[in-house]
Amino acid sequence: MARADVERLVAEIASECEKQEKPVSIMEVCGTHTVSLFRTGAKSLLPESLRLISGPGCPVCVTSQGYLDTACELAARPDVIIATYGDMVRVPGAKGSLESMRGEGAEVAVVYSALDALKVATQNPDKQVVFLAVGFETTTPATAVTILEAEAKGIGNFSVLPGHKLVIPAMDALLSGGEVPVDGFLCPGHVSVIIGSGAYRPIADGYGKACVVAGFELENMLTGILHILRQTGAGRADVENVYSAVVTEAGNTAGWDLVEKVFEPGDTEWRAMGTLPGSGLVLRQAYRGFDARERFGVEYGPDVHPPGCLCGEVIQGKTTPGECALFGTACTPLDPIGPCMVSGEGTCSAWYKYNRHAVMGE
Amino acid sequence: MCLAVPGKILSIEEGPDATLGRVATIDFQGSKMEASLAMTPEAATGDWVLVHAGFALTVLDEAEARETWETLKTALGDHFELPGEAPGEEQS
Repeated sequence: MARADVERLVAEIASECEKQEKPVSIMEVCGTHTVSLFRTGAKSLLPESLRLISGPGCPVCVTSQGYLDTACELAARPDVIIATYGDMVRVPGAKGSLESMRGEGAEVAVVYSALDALKVATQNPDKQVVFLAVGFETTTPATAVTILEAEAKGIGNFSVLPGHKLVIPAMDALLSGGEVPVDGFLCPGHVSVIIGSGAYRPIADGYGKACVVAGFELENMLTGILHILRQTGAGRADVENVYSAVVTEAGNTAGWDLVEKVFEPGDTEWRAMGTLPGSGLVLRQAYRGFDARERFGVEYGPDVHPPGCLCGEVIQGKTTPGECALFGTACTPLDPIGPCMVSGEGTCSAWYKYNRHAVMGE
Repeated sequence: MCLAVPGKILSIEEGPDATLGRVATIDFQGSKMEASLAMTPEAATGDWVLVHAGFALTVLDEAEARETWETLKTALGDHFELPGEAPGEEQS
């Protein structure tokens, strides 16, 4: 990318900011955008009047504490192997993390794909393998296909703990709550590969918020921000896609058809946000046998947070990590208290890595 | 966790699996791994695809794929992991 292009974009953003009637707040929904905005230096290039707010786009961070505690409860069973994406392992639950339980003998396998979890099941026929099915739309098709594969191959010792979430209902909930002033959304790159840029129309049309899909590269993110500012400056609220080489209007319909074979929208609990109607995916009746809750007769516990932890507010953009008394003192990436400090794409983790000196005055 | 990585399809297994669809061997700048093409029925050998959690999400043109690779490395640094690498505890 040419430096001149970046300089031009930064100048145009500054010029657009001056034209705005009031300071503009943009929420980046995706945790990978949060990291990339810091790492590329984008945040330091933008005018002070432009506020960037991190949103609920880190799957581990939005997972309710009750879900994690149920995962730990299952991990404690001697006949169970928990298979999970890496980030979930270190999130502290009510009685420790999956990592600490592993130290006490629980079997926890870190996998890259749901399909790898199924392999763990075939390799351990005398155990029950429970896959922690968390993540947004990008990750969900893999879980759906894995369940179809388990059914086709008759693999009886595999189940999932359903925790998949949908991005649009989360944006909807934040806006209908009205507590976070957001003028526009920098919409996630790879979630949008699946759901398509058209999925944001209800947010643009229903709430009058600018929605621009962008990739993770500096120039592309700056272009996305510029397009949002042009909309807010002109009093428009449209869906735009500045990542059109990768994201289409309709998304990957073949992928979503696979999801819909296995899952249907249902109510799900988010960390600190409560149960949001239609915001998650539940297994269709024909596949309920793969729901670990049915198999083991367990239910998700209460969403009780560690004392003092503000992760629930951070994921909603209601506060910043710097406003949390635990940030960088009691809660660090090496010894995290809340999930936003654990996950590589968590807002607290990104702040700790790239912004803690500004916050802590070191 | 919603990050996908571009790679090039080296070969596609004969005889598609009923649920996994066609399974391809994909090259990620020298690191090879398998991924399902169930979501990308149009993908062919030699195509570049964006891969996440063992599935190709979409077909990319080569220029876009190469640029995506470079920019992900630049933009994410040590957050950027090859899909074939064992996920670290820091992975997201």
